Amino acid sequence: MSPKRIVLRFGADISDKPVIYRLVKDFNLVVNIVKANVNPRKEGTMVLEITGEQWGEGLDYLRSQGVAVQDLNQEIIRNEDKCVMCGACTAICPTGALFLERPSMEVHFDGDHCIVCQLCLKVCPMRAMEVSL
Amino acid sequence: MEKTYAEINARIKAGKAVVLTADELISLVEEKGLSQAAREVDVVTTGTFAPMCSSGAFLNFGHTKPRMRMQKVWLNGVSAYAGIAAVDAYIGATELPEDDPLNSNYPGEFRYGGGHVIQDLVARKPIRLKALSYGTDCYPRRELDTTITLDDINEATLFNPRNAYQNYNCAVNLTARTIYTYMGMLNPRLGNAHYSTSGQLSPLLKDPHFQTIGIGTKIFLGGGVGHVAWHGTQHFPSIQSGDGRNLGPAGGTLAVIGDLKQMSPRWLVGTSYVGYGATLSVGIGVPIPILNEEIARYAAATDHELYAPVVDYGEAYPSRTPGNLGYVSYAELKSGKIKLNGKEVPTAPLSSVPRAREIASTLKQRIEQGSFLLTEPVQLLPSPADGRTANFLKG
Ligand code: SF4
Ligand code: SF4
Repeated sequence: MSPKRIVLRFGADISDKPVIYRLVKDFNLVVNIVKANVNPRKEGTMVLEITGEQWGEGLDYLRSQGVAVQDLNQEIIRNEDKCVMCGACTAICPTGALFLERPSMEVHFDGDHCIVCQLCLKVCPMRAMEVSL
Repeated sequence: MEKTYAEINARIKAGKAVVLTADELISLVEEKGLSQAAREVDVVTTGTFAPMCSSGAFLNFGHTKPRMRMQKVWLNGVSAYAGIAAVDAYIGATELPEDDPLNSNYPGEFRYGGGHVIQDLVARKPIRLKALSYGTDCYPRRELDTTITLDDINEATLFNPRNAYQNYNCAVNLTARTIYTYMGMLNPRLGNAHYSTSGQLSPLLKDPHFQTIGIGTKIFLGGGVGHVAWHGTQHFPSIQSGDGRNLGPAGGTLAVIGDLKQMSPRWLVGTSYVGYGATLSVGIGVPIPILNEEIARYAAATDHELYAPVVDYGEAYPSRTPGNLGYVSYAELKSGKIKLNGKEVPTAPLSSVPRAREIASTLKQRIEQGSFLLTEPVQLLPSPADGRTANFLKG
């Protein structure tokens, strides 16, 4: 069985709970943490690859703990023709995948840091951020 | 040292004018001092590219056969104001399609509105024109459903009643919920701070007393050429102060006009603010003639000397509670974080500095090439000394 790629997003209240440990212990899953990030507001995001029979139950458990779980089969891209480099996305993107370079104030997009939360799709005033399937 | 418009234009025509962007003037002043810089430089160019809601275009479609006095008009489903002559209409940047779900599915997306119609028009895309009327003896036709392009219609005049805000609030949210505003999405409890001018490149921050910008001033507008038509609506220029310090200007605005047919979709961009609405981002650049040292001194103001008031959009702004949470300089804002109530708050602009810089250098090039001469205003705009202040509605 090929591993399932998922994104977890959780608030400050979850950051100190051992949810990943429980995932491994109680649901017998093999978990590979691809990316993990906790922002200054203590909100966390994590990209996992999980393998194991009980992955469905494991994800249900995470949701019951208030963790948002999302499939990571999508990729976010920036439409360079539409982006005007305003910067409106840069304080919203939770991982810094969209960031301002100083002093040029140019906006850059680093897909490696993107966790597909899709917030930028909503807030970009030029609708320059797109999902590619 | 005093220079006149005529002298500067003569130097532009001779290919001898010294034209710098506002950024470049700042470097020159640092290097050579103000007096020397003021003597050397003829023109300073500025730029801003940001959402400017009070924008729109007057269109004259040409007459149908039989004739029609269009009473209601829609462009790609977006209503245009037709309460003017037979085939004239005004498409406003923030108008929304009649069937838009608006904020009923909060926060609404506002994917298409008047600003997008204007961008599609300048992009030479076909636009669906629908019109209704009641029929008169001279204008019998009652219905029209056709397609137009910018080149088919008689006139398309961009006329924006309020653009190029001199300065603007830095918006934050003190409440416990996420809010969706025309200053973008603001996270709860000072989660982020949004600001919206290009700071030291921004046109009206560089001429705080309106010593050069006035009616008739020729400008870069939407990629083409435009003019300042009047002072903008809500033009209440003032000089901010705090702790006995001068915190730079605020409150001035411009009404601008220009032929839409020579503008470009790169500089008039349909814009959507989630939960708020649709609008138009406009590129504007204003040349400032360095007539004397005082004008040069203002034009050389840096991000460290220009300040924005911090305003809570969760509570204070919607309820129109006066006051603010203090002032922050554009240098601080551009650094990426500010300190507020003992908390470090990430900042982000809504106004594109790379685009503002591109406008200032494009305008500089046009002037250097001699294709853009300066116009002396027919009349200057009201300045802070005129003491214009805002009226508010009762009720
Ligand atoms: S908000 Fe959109 S247009 Fe602005 S910098 Fe980000 S991706 Fe580009
Ligand atoms: S989806 Fe957008 S906001 Fe979310 S992490 Fe990726 S780039 Fe940032």
